[in-house]
Amino acid sequence: MPTSEFLLEIGTEEIPDWMIEPALASLKLQLAQAFLLYHKSFMDALNGIRLDATPRRLVACVPQLPSKEPDSEEVTVGPPRKAPQQAVDGFARKLGVTASKLRVQTTGKGEYWVLAKRKKGHTAIQILSLELPHVITAIKFPKTMYWTGKNGPRFIRPIRSLLALYGGRVVPFSIAGVKSAAYTFGHRVLGKPRIKVTGFQQFLEELKNNGVVLKASERREKILAEAARLLAAAQPEGYGTLRENPGLLNTLVYLTEFPTADMGQFDPAYLELPEEVLVTVMQHHQKYLSVSDAAGKLAPRFIFVMNLDGDSSGAIRHGNERVLRARFNDARFFWETDQKTPLRDRLPMLEHVTFQSQLGSYRQKTERNVALVRRLAAFVSQAPVEHAARAAELAKCDLTTELVKEFTELQGVVGGLYARAQGEPAEVADAIYDHYKPESMEECSPRTPAGALVALADKLDTLAGCFSIGLKPSGSSDPFALRRAAQGVVKILADHNLHAPLPELIAAAQPSGEAAGQLLEFFLDRLRYYLREVRGFRYDEVNAVLAVGAQDVPDAIARCEAVRQVRPTSNFEPLSAAFKRVQNILRKAGGVGQFPGEPDAALLEAGAEAELDGQARRVFEETKESRDYEMVLRRTAELRPAVDTFFDKVLVMAEDERVRRNRLTFLAWLLRAFTRVADFSEIVVS
Amino acid sequence: MALSFQDLIFRLQEFWGRQGCVIQTPYDVEVGAGTMCPETFLRVLGPQPYRVAYVQPSRRPADGRYGDNPNRLFKHWQLQVILKPSPADIQDLYLKSLRHIGIDLRKHDIKFEEDNWESPTLGAWGIGWQVMLDGLEITQFTYFQQCGGMDLDPVPAELTYGLERIAAFLQDVDSVYDIAWNPPKRGVPSFSYRDVRHADELQFSVYNFERADVATLWQLFELHEKECRRLLAEYPSGQEPAEKRRFPLLAAYDQVLKCSHLFNLLDSRGAISVTERVAVIGRVRELAVGVARAWIDQNVAATFRSPSDTSPSEEAVIAD
Repeated sequence: MPTSEFLLEIGTEEIPDWMIEPALASLKLQLAQAFLLYHKSFMDALNGIRLDATPRRLVACVPQLPSKEPDSEEVTVGPPRKAPQQAVDGFARKLGVTASKLRVQTTGKGEYWVLAKRKKGHTAIQILSLELPHVITAIKFPKTMYWTGKNGPRFIRPIRSLLALYGGRVVPFSIAGVKSAAYTFGHRVLGKPRIKVTGFQQFLEELKNNGVVLKASERREKILAEAARLLAAAQPEGYGTLRENPGLLNTLVYLTEFPTADMGQFDPAYLELPEEVLVTVMQHHQKYLSVSDAAGKLAPRFIFVMNLDGDSSGAIRHGNERVLRARFNDARFFWETDQKTPLRDRLPMLEHVTFQSQLGSYRQKTERNVALVRRLAAFVSQAPVEHAARAAELAKCDLTTELVKEFTELQGVVGGLYARAQGEPAEVADAIYDHYKPESMEECSPRTPAGALVALADKLDTLAGCFSIGLKPSGSSDPFALRRAAQGVVKILADHNLHAPLPELIAAAQPSGEAAGQLLEFFLDRLRYYLREVRGFRYDEVNAVLAVGAQDVPDAIARCEAVRQVRPTSNFEPLSAAFKRVQNILRKAGGVGQFPGEPDAALLEAGAEAELDGQARRVFEETKESRDYEMVLRRTAELRPAVDTFFDKVLVMAEDERVRRNRLTFLAWLLRAFTRVADFSEIVVS
Repeated sequence: MALSFQDLIFRLQEFWGRQGCVIQTPYDVEVGAGTMCPETFLRVLGPQPYRVAYVQPSRRPADGRYGDNPNRLFKHWQLQVILKPSPADIQDLYLKSLRHIGIDLRKHDIKFEEDNWESPTLGAWGIGWQVMLDGLEITQFTYFQQCGGMDLDPVPAELTYGLERIAAFLQDVDSVYDIAWNPPKRGVPSFSYRDVRHADELQFSVYNFERADVATLWQLFELHEKECRRLLAEYPSGQEPAEKRRFPLLAAYDQVLKCSHLFNLLDSRGAISVTERVAVIGRVRELAVGVARAWIDQNVAATFRSPSDTSPSEEAVIAD
């Protein structure tokens, strides 16, 4: 089948940077879904797809798309060959042909009259022009708009141009009044607005000549290479090193069609302000990359990225420096203004800051947090309680400061900085600084026990409060970030090695009604997620461990760790299989619960049974107190030969009822004795 | 010589005037943003095309800084442009307007960065960008999607230029108070933004933060709210088109604006408690949505000539 190149460019107004990569993935998926309706060769051709994008264009190129589907034959089976002519004529008439068009075909059941109709395959152009309008408008975006009125299509931003070529010919279709054509457009300033396109290679060339670097990876490399050159330029000492920020870099890559990096400076006097504030202003608000000096401290320089080929007049650098100066002046002004009212005097102002309408103000939340810190103190034994309580009392006061109103992402951090500046003890300041942490699984937990305690209290109070008034996350909707809060609790417990039972933590936060049970379920989900996704344990290991206890987070981690260590040893998986067998036997006999207590040694049969009993008891006695779970598992795994021999030599379901019952009791005891670390029957034996 | 503040306004008005915009004067009731003026809020509703541009002093009491902060103002000047429906070359038009005020796009970096706009008090939202010029936000660019809680069709584009920022950029000054308001004339130096506006910023900051009488503000809020409700209740929804046409919905809308401004004042005075806040926004929103609904109904009535010469298409509009 001959193939040709298919090229699609959806030209739009600026798409939000963070939506572009997912949009390309969605475009590919939509194409695949459309091609599913056609000959398989179309779907296969998608393997060669190349996807690229800038803020103003989504591009897909399939280098070898078949020119058409193969023709096919549609066979309709009629009466048997021996049927009377009348029946044959009737069959032909029903299909609207004369009997002469029929032929005889041998099927599995014998010879039949059939009508074979040739079905012409669709051409690529037919398929594409039919499917593309839907494919394009079905690309998934988090938020869409309409622009040609309510009956028009929805897309992330208006579509202004459609380039669609198959083998150099235009694939005809239109969306929202825009007709597909053989034209692209260059960079707004550096390129021509209308450029004829004949194929992908020439398209790339033209874009390059018209100020568009189509490949995201090339734009990224361009930015990094230029930044490195600028920073190295002040030899011998250099200007310092770029502070890595892959997220911001990606934003810059997708905010530009022709990125050029340049370096700006700011007055070192601003370095008196906390680095956190300066970096937030530069990175979050101005999208500048920040720079470290040789000692790793913030340098009075920044890298900015323009969507242009250079700044020969210096106007762009001047403009960016000017904006940064204004921002820093604001920050300094806020910092100085905020100092006039220390955190402790801001407590009453929290009355006016809503936490949640049913859960009251931040003043009320603060009171709850302080009380909860005291109730939780027993679980965080190293934490200085009075410092933690003080931190909890002041932790939310920064919500009333100008600096946090301006830079909301600095909540907590600003409180910590102010507390330190206002003479609070370092433990208090650090705990405030850290109390929103960890906000993601990559971020560290609070550094100190006091910080951990305040963070736990804050999160648990939020969770208990929201669950109590029915604000549970559902699907992707989680406006109060409760998943993150619960995930944070799990991570803090893990990082600080806190053996606090989850039900007791939940109870301390005083959820109402059914909320406690729901919260425990919610935490188990988060714990499972943490063990699998963050710690990388296999799902059956996690199931095995959590099946025998999931209340103590660090303990569960230690047990997972032990299973992971011992799993590759030769005895482990066979022993798991044996435990599964034990469990099955007991299930059939009415369940483990039917066989409490210990077996009667007198009824045990000499040989394999007594041997296993002896070994098992020895191992049990030696391991039952131990928290060295790896040792426990290794010793348990050593029972495997004895277990195997037992099953080889001994008939569990003995005829003598007393013996049988005793044997089942023995197995139940084994099961209970050796599933302290993990329920082996959950292990999926490879 | 960089443009003075007033020349900047003249240029932008000249540009948008040439694009078929009505050049309006600022609305004479306090508003928090140009969007709230009837020339935007009401004109974007319904099917009639419209193009308008106007300067609007926008008051945000909580943003006042006693005239001390070089970039923050209680009252700032916006140039608001509405193009309904939005033309396909709207971004190009916008960039041309920048060239018209002397910004050479070959020498400056323009980026359109995602920024969606929402006003809970107006039941309005849109999709768009903040336009960045060398790292400075100079314009909010929005495709309106809803206003007064209703889907808009056709979709208008709204451009809101931050005039102080643009003027400070063009004149390369670090404080808005150093902006030259008008060009100097031989022997007569120009007046600065400080000369014209500083007392305004200082005194209103004092009033808004310290001196406004909370009880009086609440009383005023309730009076305006009551007046608006009364008018909305009296709107002759089932009546003859002629009756509807003369009904003073525009006066009712002024009451909404008064309420909104009073809410902002109360807020900056710290007088709105936790539980009240959402509820008060809801009250203003209810008024705004009520006026918007009635306005659409009135618009239909206004396009209705007389029963005898109604064409079928107009009947369809009425039926909708």
